[in-house]
Amino acid sequence: MKTAVVLLPGLNRDRDMIAALRSISGVEPLTVWQTETAIPPVNLIVVPGGFSYGDYLRCGAIAARSPVMQAVAAEAARGVPVLGVCNGFQILCEAGLLPGALMRNTSLKFVCREVKLEVVTNRTRFTSGYAEGQIIRCPVAHHDGNYFADEATLERLHGEGQVVFRYAEGTNPNGAVRDIAGIVSESGNVMGLMPHPENLVEPEHGGTDGCGIFESVLGLGQKVAA
Amino acid sequence: MIKARIVVTLKNGVLDPQGRAIEGALSTLGFEGVGGVRQGKVFDVEVAGDDRAAAEADLRAMCEKLLANTVIENYAISLI
Repeated sequence: MKTAVVLLPGLNRDRDMIAALRSISGVEPLTVWQTETAIPPVNLIVVPGGFSYGDYLRCGAIAARSPVMQAVAAEAARGVPVLGVCNGFQILCEAGLLPGALMRNTSLKFVCREVKLEVVTNRTRFTSGYAEGQIIRCPVAHHDGNYFADEATLERLHGEGQVVFRYAEGTNPNGAVRDIAGIVSESGNVMGLMPHPENLVEPEHGGTDGCGIFESVLGLGQKVAA
Repeated sequence: MIKARIVVTLKNGVLDPQGRAIEGALSTLGFEGVGGVRQGKVFDVEVAGDDRAAAEADLRAMCEKLLANTVIENYAISLI
């Protein structure tokens, strides 16, 4: 299973993502620098977290216009799975690959803690390894995770089963509308989420709840019956 | 050379926690009767040439493609 991790100046969760992908897929991920205009064939492209371009203008705004993101968009259009985590989610929204926007947390505080996530649907390529309604643990670390979309977009997201993860049990850390933590594109092959599943994939992390996303999209591990 | 000022503001209905915090600070300073504060951004942009219509079209494209996120923000362009 081949994977690729997009590298942009200011990202800082790339190494965690590379370590998670290496341990779960058993293959060293490719890395793709911001100036590259093509991405070799892989089974999954990941845009990791951090502070690309210092969050200048808006989180993810500059990164979304970089050459490598044109290449990511081209691969996404061909159906290649693309996962954006934290800043990666912000970048995918800014690039127009996912609907909506991530705004400043309503608390105005940077939040770094564990939350509970409800798997709203397991009928996606990224969550087939979970049970629908399953509650998983996952860490968050962000200042701008407050998901927003207009009412028409929200209705469409819910109607089409594109809301994948919701903050559960009162753990919404950022004021996101309808507790939305992660969404998938209409085509189903692009997912973005604010929490960091790559930081909960080894017993030494305190749990392995995040493995399901990577195992699902890479076709590894046990499938849970719906 | 054409100079332009672009003002980017949050759309109505989009929560602005930073504006709220500023409003709270104004109240702490003793300014009474502040009915609301919305925070935005200002860009002063210089465009080469003297074709104002072409410059305005370019500036509009800049707003649509980068300077504003039209999911949450409005923009207004004024040539100076």
